[in-house]
Amino acid sequence: MSESNDSILRLPDQSTARVPKKNFITAEHGLMSWLLTGDHKRIAMLYLISITFFFFIGGAFAGLIRLELLTPQPDLVASDTYNKFFTMHGVIMVFLFLVPSVPATLGNFLIPIMLGARDLAFPKINLLSWYLYIIGGTLVLSTMVLGGVDTGWTFTTPLSTHYLNTHVISTATAVFVAGFSSIFTGLNFIVTIHRMRCPGMTWFRMPLFVWSHYAASILMVLGTPVLAIAIVLVALERLVGIGVFDPTKGGDPLLFQHLFWFYSHPAVYIMILPGMGVISEVVSTFSRKRVFGYTAVAFSSVAIALFGFFVWEHHMFIMGVSNYSALVFSLLTMLVAVPSAIKIFNWSFTLQKGSITFETPMLYAFGFMGLFTIGGLTGVFLGSLGMDIQLTETYFIVAHFHFVMVGGMLMAFLAGVHFWWPKMTGRMYPESLSKMAAVVTFIGFNLTFLPQFILGYLGMPRRYHAYPPEYQVLNVLSTAGATVLGIGYLLPIIYLAWSLKYGEVAGNNPWQATGLEWQIQSPPLTENFTEIPIMDHEAYDYEWLEHKTAQEVTTVG
Amino acid sequence: MDSATATTQGEAPVHEAGEHEHVSLPQHRHHFETEEQQREAGSFGMWLFLLTEIMFFGGMFFAYLLYRNWYYDAFVAASNTLNIGMGAANTAILITSGFFMALGVWAAEVRKRNLLVWMLIFTTIFGCAFLGVKYFEYKEKFELHHVPGASFDVSQFINPPVDAKTGKTTENPLPPDVAQKTQIFFFLYFAMTGMHALHMVIGIGLLFWLIARAQRGDFSAGYVAPIENFGLYWHFVDIVWIFLFPLLYLINRHPLAH
Repeated sequence: MSESNDSILRLPDQSTARVPKKNFITAEHGLMSWLLTGDHKRIAMLYLISITFFFFIGGAFAGLIRLELLTPQPDLVASDTYNKFFTMHGVIMVFLFLVPSVPATLGNFLIPIMLGARDLAFPKINLLSWYLYIIGGTLVLSTMVLGGVDTGWTFTTPLSTHYLNTHVISTATAVFVAGFSSIFTGLNFIVTIHRMRCPGMTWFRMPLFVWSHYAASILMVLGTPVLAIAIVLVALERLVGIGVFDPTKGGDPLLFQHLFWFYSHPAVYIMILPGMGVISEVVSTFSRKRVFGYTAVAFSSVAIALFGFFVWEHHMFIMGVSNYSALVFSLLTMLVAVPSAIKIFNWSFTLQKGSITFETPMLYAFGFMGLFTIGGLTGVFLGSLGMDIQLTETYFIVAHFHFVMVGGMLMAFLAGVHFWWPKMTGRMYPESLSKMAAVVTFIGFNLTFLPQFILGYLGMPRRYHAYPPEYQVLNVLSTAGATVLGIGYLLPIIYLAWSLKYGEVAGNNPWQATGLEWQIQSPPLTENFTEIPIMDHEAYDYEWLEHKTAQEVTTVG
Repeated sequence: MDSATATTQGEAPVHEAGEHEHVSLPQHRHHFETEEQQREAGSFGMWLFLLTEIMFFGGMFFAYLLYRNWYYDAFVAASNTLNIGMGAANTAILITSGFFMALGVWAAEVRKRNLLVWMLIFTTIFGCAFLGVKYFEYKEKFELHHVPGASFDVSQFINPPVDAKTGKTTENPLPPDVAQKTQIFFFLYFAMTGMHALHMVIGIGLLFWLIARAQRGDFSAGYVAPIENFGLYWHFVDIVWIFLFPLLYLINRHPLAH
């Protein structure tokens, strides 16, 4: 094949091209124009900055954990400090990074544009959700400064209600408040998707990115309030000793587990589904093909959301639930693997006979597909009752969860950030450096978490700060991998910041992608579209794009 | 942008020329294509929010279901001490308040400003009356030491008071360990009615704001979305009570068979 197949990247002539003068970033000036904005794109930027900040704080705690585990002896920090480390790592990463990561940044930025709307349905509620997020984040930070909390991110009762005197209440409040931020984001998305689609944008013409956000939003809206009430009850139990979770008064700690996991299991689908949406877009664009089995992929998102609500008890198999219900929940857990596999297979078939190119977002997407498959399949191990009794509460769980969340979600997040960076900022990131970062991340990730599967299988329990010396080799490998991984995450923030000023001008559609967001200027105008578009073709229709670009003048603004 | 629209106010219909007569409401937000879309989006959003509220209360209803099954006898005894008169009165008061709210929505739709203001005021008055009755109910619980916590006292359930006429106890006495479980009932009672009362307080706060705006005439020119959506919220709060009243007060009420 000819060399034009090496890359689909098509940039305007750099000697004459410039970023449009009039766009959502330059529309207004001053700090207050950002802090009081109703523009979904600006709110997405605010979110992007704040979640990156919290990601690096959570990452720092991960680094400290790995550093402590470098040696078998508990020598770096005291044991209760170690407990605080993994608690802060979990709370920050789950509630302040993973849950809002893709929806609140990329979703916020792109969903109205992909639907051909000028904004989300409720701009003020959108801004409110960012402020709630910041309040939650500030509470977590203040908890950290005041001395931390050591319940684990799961707030397990009666540990969290009776046996600890750390800052459980302020962390619980933080999670409660951040939860409402997520509810409002989900609510906004659902209403926007139902009511704000442009003419011709039928449900089955929507990009799969929108479908997966729709499914995630349903989970946010239905699941998060249950977490909220569970957290309120924990706080009341601590404050006034009400007894719902206290066995001495007739309460049942298991009730807390039910309420908590009723949210927190669907929450992992809140985290992964938007990432799957990113992968659908990226895989299609860089294979130049319509996503194979569009309808199946769309419905599999909804199926994951639906099944996701009926599997929570698999977190409690060893906690004395009835054998019969464990049987049912084990079966249901395995059912979730079906829609997940539908997605993986359909992406693979999209690649088949496609014109594949290997730009950075595609590298991350490949990373996602491989790592998510491993993470998902080990989830099936854990869903089987016998295996779960052996593997639960060991490093196997830690590795499984991180394969799905870091290997899956974080890879998808980075794929999305790179893919839409030219759209958000109007400038390209440096391609070769970013490819290197993608590869470094992949290597570092595997080095960190593959040894943890083996450690867990050998029986090393999670959340311990010391371990027998025979586990040291694998732990050292894992810590070394974490260092590489850390570099893999630091690189993007450096070159992305650099590209804001020095990156090449991207033009409207550097990837030759079909989505509506690529047909407008980059960065977009505040009102997105000068006139509301009419959707007259299916999603991922590359022939339409070719036909359109053949006779079009592209400069706007 | 604002100044531009202000200066071209007279020419605004030109945009729509030839299509249809179009009177733009000042409350119309620019990112909605039509006012109908805005109104539908608003009410759809409100329904979704109420769905999250159902899930929020759902956690407590679930706990109630679980513990009622486990500690049936304690729940029966504790439930029978609730003041059914006040509960029934409050049900009537709340339904009346909801009735005035429904009339308020109608008044806004037919654009009657004064009527709307009065209906909202009546809604507020009955809402406050509900909270007043609730205050006396809570006070009674304090006096009977039925508030969970350090001062909680189960003696009434272990040694029920004797009815002077019949010479029999008014309730079946409970063994001490079972009697302890009444605390769970009272906690759920306070948590559920308390959370409901909190929603009432928030609602009454919003009512004051709506009354002020209605007085200004904001909702008597065709823009009724806030009234409509608040109405949905207020009726939701009613419905929660409609479930709470039988579950907490009535379901165990029975003539005591001796």
